[in-house]
Amino acid sequence: MAIRPVPDRVADAAARTAADETARAESARIVSTLIRMTGDFALAEDCLQDALAKALSEWPTVGVPSNPGAWLTTVAKNRAIDLLRRASAESRAVQRMALEPSAPESEVDSVDLLSAGTDDRLTLIFTCCHPALSMDARVALTLRTVAGLTTAEIARMFLVSESTMEKRLVRTRARIRNTGIPYRVPPAGRLVERRDGVLAVLYLLFTAGYSATTGDSVLRRPLLDEAIRLTRVLVELMPDDPEARGLLALMLLQHARSRARVDSAGDLVTLQEQDRSLWDRVALAEGLALVAHRASGAGRYELQARIAACHADAIDAEHTDFERIVLLYDELDALAPSPVVALNRAVAVSLSQGPSVGLALIDSLVAGGALTGLHLLPATRADMLRRLGRAPEAALEYEHARRLAPTDAERRYLDRRLAEVTS
Amino acid sequence: MEYLFLVCTDATAPAYDPADDDIETWVAEVEKRSGVHYGNRLRPPSDATTVKVRDGQLGVTAGPFAESAEWIAGYDVIDCADLDEAIEIASRHPMARYGQIEIRPAWPFD
Repeated sequence: MAIRPVPDRVADAAARTAADETARAESARIVSTLIRMTGDFALAEDCLQDALAKALSEWPTVGVPSNPGAWLTTVAKNRAIDLLRRASAESRAVQRMALEPSAPESEVDSVDLLSAGTDDRLTLIFTCCHPALSMDARVALTLRTVAGLTTAEIARMFLVSESTMEKRLVRTRARIRNTGIPYRVPPAGRLVERRDGVLAVLYLLFTAGYSATTGDSVLRRPLLDEAIRLTRVLVELMPDDPEARGLLALMLLQHARSRARVDSAGDLVTLQEQDRSLWDRVALAEGLALVAHRASGAGRYELQARIAACHADAIDAEHTDFERIVLLYDELDALAPSPVVALNRAVAVSLSQGPSVGLALIDSLVAGGALTGLHLLPATRADMLRRLGRAPEAALEYEHARRLAPTDAERRYLDRRLAEVTS
Repeated sequence: MEYLFLVCTDATAPAYDPADDDIETWVAEVEKRSGVHYGNRLRPPSDATTVKVRDGQLGVTAGPFAESAEWIAGYDVIDCADLDEAIEIASRHPMARYGQIEIRPAWPFD
């Protein structure tokens, strides 16, 4: 049943809303259906775009179909047949498609064309996140093809022009075809390392969006929601995978604290000083539930989620189980050693065993030199000195950190600390 | 698809260990796949000769066209179903452990 047509701007807006929502919800299914039929990644994308354009021109007058996803699939599929026929009448893809009955557009409401299962979407995610594509390319293609965002939307999020983003996407699709990247979920022997590549893309999307919650770039905030949405899809597709669940938990637990991360003046508030009543209880509960079952041999995302869960579980900063957090950092450090993990571990140690123990760890990190240039190193050292009452040394370190800080919000935070130790 | 493997040195790789060199096993495995396979080890770049013709004039120079820290030490031409298969085969080449392998798809003629 179609919505009664209203030929005016209201109808145009309704058609655009319906088309955008359908693209977001179903583009992964539709594109993967088309790739499965045609074997051509770029062609599948183009056909969906053509179908969306047709929807915007037809839906305002004839009404939004009751099953817009099925309508788009049929139109895109017919477009693919048309293009392939034009390209080559002998094409094997056309022969393959000719075997599948194509319903006329007027009948689509009664035909379930969205038969592509969840496996197709998983295949699409693994293809978009193939390690032979650059990280920039993977991120853009995943947002375009799996999340169904428009090129303009992605361009805005990455602060580049639409034509730059369009070129990146075109080059990426060409690379998939030219290098022979297969449209396939990797075999069992390679699944874990390839899954890690997918999780890295999703986490990068999340951190890009999360860092924007401090007000530096409002335009990047939607990345956070997209990252969580896509990770949910991955968890749905790989329900037994602890790392996919761990990543979703980590995102939810961090996201739950977003509202408390900045005060009314737009200044940063540290985890220790946050107003915990501002934390999103629903997101916290969901995140905690995802890591509720303790399993041995936890992966890096699960361990980070468990650390975030320790903070989420505490009534206030003072009642946080920092000893457990230190143990989790030990596990993380054994699994994936990095100077940033060592820095965070030093902070947890200082909160459970006192700032002098923490300071010794920080000093060995400074001597190691791996974090030179990162403002967090002098900022953390300054915090330890401040807690030890060594104000003049703390002030020097806060000044050092301020020179290295990448954002205004962080500089304002360091100014506040500096004022505390110099007053 | 046809892929060219450029078997390259890598200054940052662990030192070559002749005891770990299982190139015969690798070649046997690749040939068992019944795909096209042709490859060999190359003499060092110091034995290279570079040829150009400009305005009808032949120019011959001793040495490679570009000096670099890394050089191509061998090559293989292999027919693979897709890039994943090519990566899998390349990953088992002994020089993946002691050097690096650049995989280049051939331009398809269709």
